[in-house]
Amino acid sequence: MQNNKPLFDMNRIARLRAMPTGKMPSKALLIGSLLLSTAVQATTLRIDNEGEPGSLDPQQSNNLWDSRIQRELFDRLVDYSAEGELVPGLAERWEVSDDGLTWTFHLRDAQWSDGQPITADDAVYSLRRLLSPAMANQNANLYYPIVNARAINTGKLAPEQLGVKELDAHTLQIRLEQPTPWFLQTMAMSEAAPLPRHYIEANTQWINPGETVVSGPFRLAEWASQSKVVLQKNPRFYAADDVAIDRAVFYPIDNSGAALRRFRAGDLDISYSSVPSTRFDWVREHLGKSLRSGPLNAEYFYMFNLRHDSPLADKRVREALNLAVRRNVITGQILGMGQQPSYWLVPHATAGDVRSRMAFADMPMEERMARAQKLMQQAGYGPDHPLSLTLRYNTSEDHKKIAIAIAAMWKPLGVQVKMVNSEAAVHYASIQQGDFQVARYGMVATVNDPFDFLGSYASGGSAARSSGYHSDRYDELIEQGNRTLEPQQRAEVLGQAQQLLLDDYALLPIYDYVTHHLVSPQVRGWQSNAMDIHPLRWVSLAPES
Amino acid sequence: MLTYTAKRLAMAIPTLLIVITVSFFLMRVAPGGPFDGERQLPPEIEHNLQAAYHLDEPLPMQYLRYMGNLLQGDFGPSFKYKDFSVTQLILQGFPVSLELGGLAIGLALIIGLPLGVIAALRRNSTVDYMVMGVALGGIAVPNFVIAPILALVFGVLLAWLPAGGWNGGALPNLVLPVIALAIQQIAYIARMMRASMIEILGSHFIRTARAKGLSERQVIWRHALRPAMLPVISYLGPAIAGIITGSVVIEQIFGLPGIGRYFVQGALNRDYTLVMGTVVFYGVLIVLMNLVVDLLYSALDPQIRYDD
Repeated sequence: MQNNKPLFDMNRIARLRAMPTGKMPSKALLIGSLLLSTAVQATTLRIDNEGEPGSLDPQQSNNLWDSRIQRELFDRLVDYSAEGELVPGLAERWEVSDDGLTWTFHLRDAQWSDGQPITADDAVYSLRRLLSPAMANQNANLYYPIVNARAINTGKLAPEQLGVKELDAHTLQIRLEQPTPWFLQTMAMSEAAPLPRHYIEANTQWINPGETVVSGPFRLAEWASQSKVVLQKNPRFYAADDVAIDRAVFYPIDNSGAALRRFRAGDLDISYSSVPSTRFDWVREHLGKSLRSGPLNAEYFYMFNLRHDSPLADKRVREALNLAVRRNVITGQILGMGQQPSYWLVPHATAGDVRSRMAFADMPMEERMARAQKLMQQAGYGPDHPLSLTLRYNTSEDHKKIAIAIAAMWKPLGVQVKMVNSEAAVHYASIQQGDFQVARYGMVATVNDPFDFLGSYASGGSAARSSGYHSDRYDELIEQGNRTLEPQQRAEVLGQAQQLLLDDYALLPIYDYVTHHLVSPQVRGWQSNAMDIHPLRWVSLAPES
Repeated sequence: MLTYTAKRLAMAIPTLLIVITVSFFLMRVAPGGPFDGERQLPPEIEHNLQAAYHLDEPLPMQYLRYMGNLLQGDFGPSFKYKDFSVTQLILQGFPVSLELGGLAIGLALIIGLPLGVIAALRRNSTVDYMVMGVALGGIAVPNFVIAPILALVFGVLLAWLPAGGWNGGALPNLVLPVIALAIQQIAYIARMMRASMIEILGSHFIRTARAKGLSERQVIWRHALRPAMLPVISYLGPAIAGIITGSVVIEQIFGLPGIGRYFVQGALNRDYTLVMGTVVFYGVLIVLMNLVVDLLYSALDPQIRYDD
């Protein structure tokens, strides 16, 4: 765990400030004022947060940019380190029973920003609130492993029947319906943050700048919608001494070109907007010291519609389409931003060591194409009977370039591609309704676990519902993997599940995502990580060397 | 005048009603819903969301509910920006757009009117060609091209002004967006003023004024300028409404918290209540702007009397 001490001795600055200027030597005055101005600038961090927060109530939103702010305001029982690893948060320790069904969290002595103690009762209240149907939380299903959670979230039981209990003011017990290896990950999500029961029950509109009661390293000082969110250090945070940043300003810049200009102009210390691919080479050359790149827990793939009336119901066609795609051309020549060609669904950045891959991954391209053409012939397609396919993608220059390239790669197989571009809402609605043949898709992990990806293709999962994929064996393996607590054994089971999915050519993986953020060289303690989570608690600012 | 104003306002009610109704149903038939995103929601969660926003009710019921709330001045909660009501968002965004738009129109008038007059007075001269050439350029180059160039040159390379951000409406933050917004309007106003001035200068009453021995300056200031401005005045109504509603691109590029951003983001997110709120607001604004322009017209042209 990293400990960042404040870079400036504020007491010394205060003493300098208090000294009558008449008594102060002119040189000392100059040094003092320089020190003062540097100190004021140095502890304010200016962040491009991509978008305007939908809500700062941790249970009311599911955007990345919402949770970036929520995490600073409301600490969770389990926290993230700068490296993106789980570390103790409001709970200083926890244990799980041997059967994996009972989790006990021991809360540290901590206070809300109004001085009230943070208790296990706040955590119980918060989880009940999260699962109440009226809250309509979009990630509530991740908490369904808790006893009665699904029934409560569907309105069949009262929230009081949730399997969470306050054993004493500092001890929280959570009972699960089945062992869930990724459960601890969900407790680090912003949704799971204990909330100030005493304050929320007294205020219907409780997110009010200057008043909101928080538990995290920062308080909400100002929120000018679509302009900025200003956070101020919370002196009552349990580790306030370790927090080096006094003030953080989040700007909702939802235009990557504008974000780049503002970063170049020195208006920002951190930019979370992705670097535009057209400007990437320039950024690498001119802002190399600021460019922070790293793998991300996210996968870019094409989803196939496998229903009976689709030509893609034929596995030979799906395999042929997979064989013909030169992923290294897409990642190397079309995108050129360090993405990793993918022959799997679970990105390699994901924890859990699930490393299965498509069988042809190492086959030379000539052999791949020969096999692909043979498979297409066997499926009844050829020059006289070309396969017509509709390929859907959502509006983005990169998606368009990839779609054009893949259509060209499929052409030697006699595949005629009709491309359909639509904005995101229409695109995803079409996928959800099964109204597509091949569709561009992106999956970003909410928890760092292979289940987050593989579960979507199991019965009832979102990808299974959209694509029509079904395999009893696959469902069994996922179910088994979801109950297995021993990591090595679990990796094997989930690896088998993924292999089955890949052998079925149920999808067309293209690449593992990467992150590219602009971070000023003055920012210390900020690290690229697979979850792309960067708590400000570990960050400090230092003058550029 | 009062009766005329009251009549015009009364006539606006059915217009607005039609706009609201058509917008309401158009929004609902558009493909894609407010909760369709990259992460597909399980049916249970989707059901909770639909119930929370009354989207599980039949469409006519939803319409009646919306109209009922609207009559009480309630635009409802935003689907996306949940910590604010739509009314709060509009009240926060409008002053920004108004300030931007007002300054841009003001700048356009201050620069565009004299340019138009000069071009008209020096008709077919080098000055005229220069002014009209620049005006043509101003119209031809869209502001989504001009704005990033301004930000790059003055914000990044020269570092004279902020490259973006609102900063509570501080003057340095306003300069580039206002210029970017005003450039097209300057061009339109200059061209309009030139054409109008040429027409007026060729009319009988100007010839009479000149025959009476008035100096050219007196002819222009006393007799030509006011009638020549009438077409510009009538253009101002839609221009002001247009510049406030059309500053969307500029607000996006410079990251300004105006109402245009809400409109665009509301539409992209299928945030039904936010889109409806901005549509109603824009509708009222356009009706009011047109009314103000008509009243201004009568003040400037004695031949027009609305009470008759």
